[in-house]
Amino acid sequence: MPWNLNSDSPIFIQIIDHLQNDIVSGFYKPGDKLPSVRELAAEAGVNPNTMQKALSEFELTGLVHSERTSGRFITEDQKLIEELKTSLVQTQIKEFFENMKKLGFTENEILQLVIEHTKK
Amino acid sequence: MSNLLEIQGLFKSYDNIQALNNVNLSISPGHITGLLGPNGSGKTTLIKIICGLLRPSSGTVLVDGNPIGPKSKAIISYLPDKTYLNNSMTIKSVIEMFKDFYEDFDDNRAYDMLNSLNIDPKRKLKTLSKGNKEKVQLILVMSRRAKLYILDEPIAGVDPAARDYILRTIISNYDPSASILISTHLIADIEPVLDEVIFLQNGYIRLFQPVDDIRENNGKSVDELFREVYRC
Repeated sequence: MPWNLNSDSPIFIQIIDHLQNDIVSGFYKPGDKLPSVRELAAEAGVNPNTMQKALSEFELTGLVHSERTSGRFITEDQKLIEELKTSLVQTQIKEFFENMKKLGFTENEILQLVIEHTKK
Repeated sequence: MSNLLEIQGLFKSYDNIQALNNVNLSISPGHITGLLGPNGSGKTTLIKIICGLLRPSSGTVLVDGNPIGPKSKAIISYLPDKTYLNNSMTIKSVIEMFKDFYEDFDDNRAYDMLNSLNIDPKRKLKTLSKGNKEKVQLILVMSRRAKLYILDEPIAGVDPAARDYILRTIISNYDPSASILISTHLIADIEPVLDEVIFLQNGYIRLFQPVDDIRENNGKSVDELFREVYRC
């Protein structure tokens, strides 16, 4: 099942987003080994060179690191993962508020609606 | 690393028609390149010249350093846009023929893929549907351990599920030192597996860029850009 990639932003960025979600959701646990570039590329339905590029870029964040011969691993640094979680949450909330404001709601109304929604 | 395909100053004319107009192109090993363009833009002419089926009017083509000839042909695995197989043969006998014909043909790979696509090797080609016949031909081409795969419209008649399987097979099977050149109109389907794309127009290269650069610079997919560039 290929990953759900959209058509307008660069593929390697979408791959990084996908991997970040997999780390935050716990699909990959701290210290887990990532599948090989080729396996990941086949799973995602993307070009292996693009996957390679995405992983190299992703390594710069420190969330994954490669060990010379044995492959790539998820970081065991819980603090980094927590930071990632916070930043993903902030992005989602910001986007939600922006969209709601475009529809004409004030912050208080939005908060009220969210509370009502959770009660359902 | 030297380029797997190197084309310089390539011209081809048929009588008064200029089919290729100063094409310059380099493809590195390990790359999957899309060859895109509207009908009559010169895609098949370019492909046939690389495969040694047409002679250029002028210009040079080198495949892994070899000029077009027996050496270049031996390392190219080519899927033509029309079928050339004898319809009364069974798939199994075609596989035997390919094994005899090509030193680099891996019959296990062919049988594995046939099996995954639920195609019985004992069937005769003429009993297959259009899509299944296309699958068989693509399997034959991809079962060679070639350096350069050239696929002219490989997935046009194939259903979407099989398309995914075929693309996945291409990604996971090809050798990192080999390259693939794919000509197609189904851009959206193959876009994620491409490194770069060539836009051909009236025989010249209008654009030759990595897919992610196109998306980054234009904020749109290659498919959308194509529709915009070639709007009728």
